[in-house]
Amino acid sequence: MIKLIALVPLFPLIGFLINGFFGKKLSKGLSGGIASVSVLASFIVAVLAFLELEHSTNKSHVVELFSWISADTLNIPFEFLYDPLSAWFLLIITGIGFLIHIYSTGYMHDDAGFSRFFTYLNLFVFFMLLLVMGNNYLIMFVGWEGVGLCSYLLIGFWFKNQAYNDAARKAFVMNRIGDLGFLLGIILIFVSYGSISYGDVFSRAGVSSNAVVTAIALLLFIGAMGKSAQIPLYTWLPDAMAGPTPVSALIHAATMVTAGIYMIVRSNVFYSISEVASETVAIVGVVTAIFAATIGLLQNDIKKILAYSTVSQLGLMFLGLGVGAFSSSVFHVTTHAFFKALLFLGAGSVIHAMGGEQDIRKMGGLKGKIKITYITMLLGTIAISGIPPFSGFFSKDEILAHTYEHSKLLWVLGMIASMLTAFYMFRMLFLTFFGKFRGTHEQEHHLHESPSSMTIPLMVLAALSVLGGALGLPEFWHMPNWMSEHLSPIILHKNPSALDHTTEWTLMGLAVVAAGVVIYFAHAMFITNGVLPLENEEKMKPWQKLIYNKYYVDEFYDAVIRKPLDLISTAFYKFLDLQVIDGLVNGVGSMVKGTGNVVRLLQSGNIGFYIVSMVLGVILILLFTFII
Amino acid sequence: MLGYTITQWLFGILSFLAIMFGLMVVFSRNPVNSVLYLVMTFFCIAGHYLLLNAQFLAIVHIVVYAGAIMVLFLFVIMLMNLNEDTEPQRTWLSKIIAAVAGGLMLFVMVGSLKGAGDMGLQQYGNAQIGFVKNLGAVLFKDFLFPFEIASVLLLAAMVGAIMIGKKEAGES
Amino acid sequence: MLNGISINYYILLSAVLFIIGAVGVMARRNSIIIFMCIELMLNAVNLMLVSFSTLHNDAKGQVFVFFIMAVAAAEVAVGLAILSMIYRNIKNIDTDLLSNLKN
Repeated sequence: MIKLIALVPLFPLIGFLINGFFGKKLSKGLSGGIASVSVLASFIVAVLAFLELEHSTNKSHVVELFSWISADTLNIPFEFLYDPLSAWFLLIITGIGFLIHIYSTGYMHDDAGFSRFFTYLNLFVFFMLLLVMGNNYLIMFVGWEGVGLCSYLLIGFWFKNQAYNDAARKAFVMNRIGDLGFLLGIILIFVSYGSISYGDVFSRAGVSSNAVVTAIALLLFIGAMGKSAQIPLYTWLPDAMAGPTPVSALIHAATMVTAGIYMIVRSNVFYSISEVASETVAIVGVVTAIFAATIGLLQNDIKKILAYSTVSQLGLMFLGLGVGAFSSSVFHVTTHAFFKALLFLGAGSVIHAMGGEQDIRKMGGLKGKIKITYITMLLGTIAISGIPPFSGFFSKDEILAHTYEHSKLLWVLGMIASMLTAFYMFRMLFLTFFGKFRGTHEQEHHLHESPSSMTIPLMVLAALSVLGGALGLPEFWHMPNWMSEHLSPIILHKNPSALDHTTEWTLMGLAVVAAGVVIYFAHAMFITNGVLPLENEEKMKPWQKLIYNKYYVDEFYDAVIRKPLDLISTAFYKFLDLQVIDGLVNGVGSMVKGTGNVVRLLQSGNIGFYIVSMVLGVILILLFTFII
Repeated sequence: MLGYTITQWLFGILSFLAIMFGLMVVFSRNPVNSVLYLVMTFFCIAGHYLLLNAQFLAIVHIVVYAGAIMVLFLFVIMLMNLNEDTEPQRTWLSKIIAAVAGGLMLFVMVGSLKGAGDMGLQQYGNAQIGFVKNLGAVLFKDFLFPFEIASVLLLAAMVGAIMIGKKEAGES
Repeated sequence: MLNGISINYYILLSAVLFIIGAVGVMARRNSIIIFMCIELMLNAVNLMLVSFSTLHNDAKGQVFVFFIMAVAAAEVAVGLAILSMIYRNIKNIDTDLLSNLKN
């Protein structure tokens, strides 16, 4: 199957083409069916290829499709790399992608843009697969831009709402900033190593100076910041929740935003060499984790909470990358994909039941009304909070253990972030499902469980969230850590854990106790005391106001970047465009007109004058030809 | 005579007359006089042709220009009844400008002539190419086609002149 | 030397005649006089052609003059027809009145 690995991206492409060209003529069932089946076919191929890879000794397969760009020394074949890392990502993308496709057929059922939605979704899956499968940075970049495009299209899916369009544009522009860094990184790689194929680049990485490697690593990290929503380029992700909920689940939680993680794991050589770069990654990661988690504490929009949680979890993954725990980060990507997709889809189910309401202040007491959604979301929340033996516990613990080894301070910060996570996730859960219903009577009447096309993916994901931890059991339990073994061929510099068992047990126990305390605290606050989020901003204390308004980061960017840019643009428009350029263009016009006005007088119609002019002309010609 | 040959004397006299009559054409106020002076100029030019051994052209020149064309001019002037009184005059300024422009042009032409320096002009003998026999041979051998075309041109000009000149139907 | 006369004199003579024609064209307003001056200029050129033809002992120059005469005859015929037409319409042949080119 590995030889046929090109089929994996091919199926979604076919689905995209069919839906794109004929979507309007197809019935909804057929349109959604084609989209889902195409992803399912990819998933089956990916699974078969994965099994083959597991049993083969050769862990790196390059499948060349055609020669793509060939110019002088620049030679870029279009080829796919199938190794443990891309194989694993293929499984996540196609597997979760398939579940979300199924879910979408239910969620989007009444939407007018049904086939358009699946067109974009298939296109997204295609580009995402391209991103992880390419054997060089350029194919990755093509996929990178492609998923950015699909993200833009899907955030602004309901394009009649201007706010959604603005959110889409914000995501696009912010990603563009990161993309510039990525592109510069690729160019620097080509200049330094004369190639952009992974194999060539990584084997030559040790040759170049540390400064070059650091520059490359930092530039690539800027790209990752944009795509994976890290400080300072994270503000687009919460706004991206304007898109339909399945999109938030697939693109803005499970797959696309982890592209930055994939890229850094893929380029782990650079980060192993450059300490500066990996320190930067770790610090940015942990700061993002805490920062986003605190914002999440006081949000009232169910999807916004999950969005900040995603940013925070991504920060945790980057922390793992920064401290050299590459396989742990991939592990966390995986478990996060499970439980965050679950939470988003669950939130979608809640929103569906509430008739489009996203504000948790208007919810409450949904526990009994939508049981399946409640149970699955409860499982997801426990998983993300890090309670054993749910999946989130293992992946988060692995990252934190490696962080502890690396730096105690980073570990403390990581712990705080994960405690905050547990708190705001349970806050969301309690406010949504417990207590009394706070919505309108009409909404209460309307409450209903979602159709099975939506609940089945929820249940599957819930199962994965619970059991996913088995993929990477701690090494000191003397169980095989399948994930790190699986990824070991592509991690070039490993740092096995040097902690003794007592420390590891202590850390683990601390994490569990911390999570437990936080959950108890949340329970006491929201269930026992029935604290509700403040309706009115005026009643908030200053610190609450600050957090509620997301630390005014958007306003800060607005004031520091957008306003000056606007000012400069306006100044340039008023001065350069209107005065200089328009002046030049109009000046040429009015000059011709003015000259014409003067010269027109020469056309007196007087033949005598014409003849004299002609004679003078002849005189001048003779003068210049023969005499001067 | 005075160190000049007959030919040189003739050239000088003819040139003087040609220039003088030419000036008279321009300066005379009466159009009829202008025509007559122009005829005289053409006679002088015909004399030059004779001096240059172009006898055939000299005869044709007198017949066509002095005979046919100038008579045509005369007819038209008489037809329009133009005389000294009806003659429109330019202002003195215009005349001065014209004279200055003409003088400048002469100046640059002579200058060009000097500037061109030695043009390598030399005579290749003195054969009788201007005679009817020789000219006719060239005309009907090398230039037969243009010659025939010229006849068509004259015919067309004749038709055109009649068409333009004739009164329109209903015109008084 | 053509029969003892330098070619330069012929060039000078035709130049002077040409200029007289040109000045006439510029200084007069009567269309017919202008026309005549143009004929004078034409003849100045003819004289030049004939003198060079004799100088180079080549009949082609004279043949050319012959053609010029034919064309001049045609031109005069048509030109005078046009002038008489104009006179019939506006009872004048003053060039300053013929300023329709302006618009």
